[in-house]
Amino acid sequence: MTEFLNMGGYAGYVWPAYGIAALVLIALVWDSLRGLRASERDLAEAEKTAPRRRAREGVR
Amino acid sequence: MIGRLANPTRFLRLSQAATPWCAWSAALLIAAGLYLAFFVSPADYQQGDAVRIMYVHVPSAYMAMFGYAVMAIAAAVGLVWRHPLAHIAAREAAPIGACFTAICLMTGSLWGKPMWGTWWVWDARLTSVLILFFLYLGYIALANAFDEPTRGERAAAILALVGAVNVPIIKFSVDWWNTLHQSSSIMKLSGPSMPPSMLAPLGLMALGFTLMFITVLFVRMKATLLSRRVRALQIAAARA
Repeated sequence: MTEFLNMGGYAGYVWPAYGIAALVLIALVWDSLRGLRASERDLAEAEKTAPRRRAREGVR
Repeated sequence: MIGRLANPTRFLRLSQAATPWCAWSAALLIAAGLYLAFFVSPADYQQGDAVRIMYVHVPSAYMAMFGYAVMAIAAAVGLVWRHPLAHIAAREAAPIGACFTAICLMTGSLWGKPMWGTWWVWDARLTSVLILFFLYLGYIALANAFDEPTRGERAAAILALVGAVNVPIIKFSVDWWNTLHQSSSIMKLSGPSMPPSMLAPLGLMALGFTLMFITVLFVRMKATLLSRRVRALQIAAARA
């Protein structure tokens, strides 16, 4: 196990590389899901105040 | 086909059905790729275990260019057919591509230090990828520079198209100029010069990253489509 973690002496380069990649990708997914939640919340709110408009009328 | 998919409601329905499949396949492929990368693939005879950085560096470099290609093609479709969905695809592909480009640059640096003895050199490959990163940032800044979300779309799309010239420059930079960066080992006429034990994790990671890109793109596009709906409702409410 220690040998594996040591990465043949390159531990200081290999693990940070994977750590940075994981961090960036997790942040990306987190930000994307947060944006989706916010949009869903806003839409529910907007449809409550404008119930006569059907949501289907869409984006244009 | 494109015409049918271009309807935002239909797109949302299809993309929502596809998203969980893409997400789970991405997770499985990346997990399998990591397993092979760390436990099965051999250490390089020259680079030792540092070669394992390749399994995250090369797939993210590929995603950096793939993301730009998706963005530029979507921008072109948006410019020519003026379809809002295409502009939204381009706009949401940009931050994903920028993230992979950042990963590519940082892991490359962490690989360069032990192998080349330097974190960075201003050579053709590294510089052109850094320019790619700035193109992404410039596109994002321009696309978001206006309060009315559709305003910056066309200007940003033109920037995306002009910047697309950088993608083949990145690809061929290692052949056209002298550089510390090695040339291609996989996309070669003579076939890949790499053993299957190294190609397999590389391929799995690349495929996993591609599916992750699609998953995140669908999530982000849905968020933007919903927020446009909110905007339409608010404008309608303000007029009523």
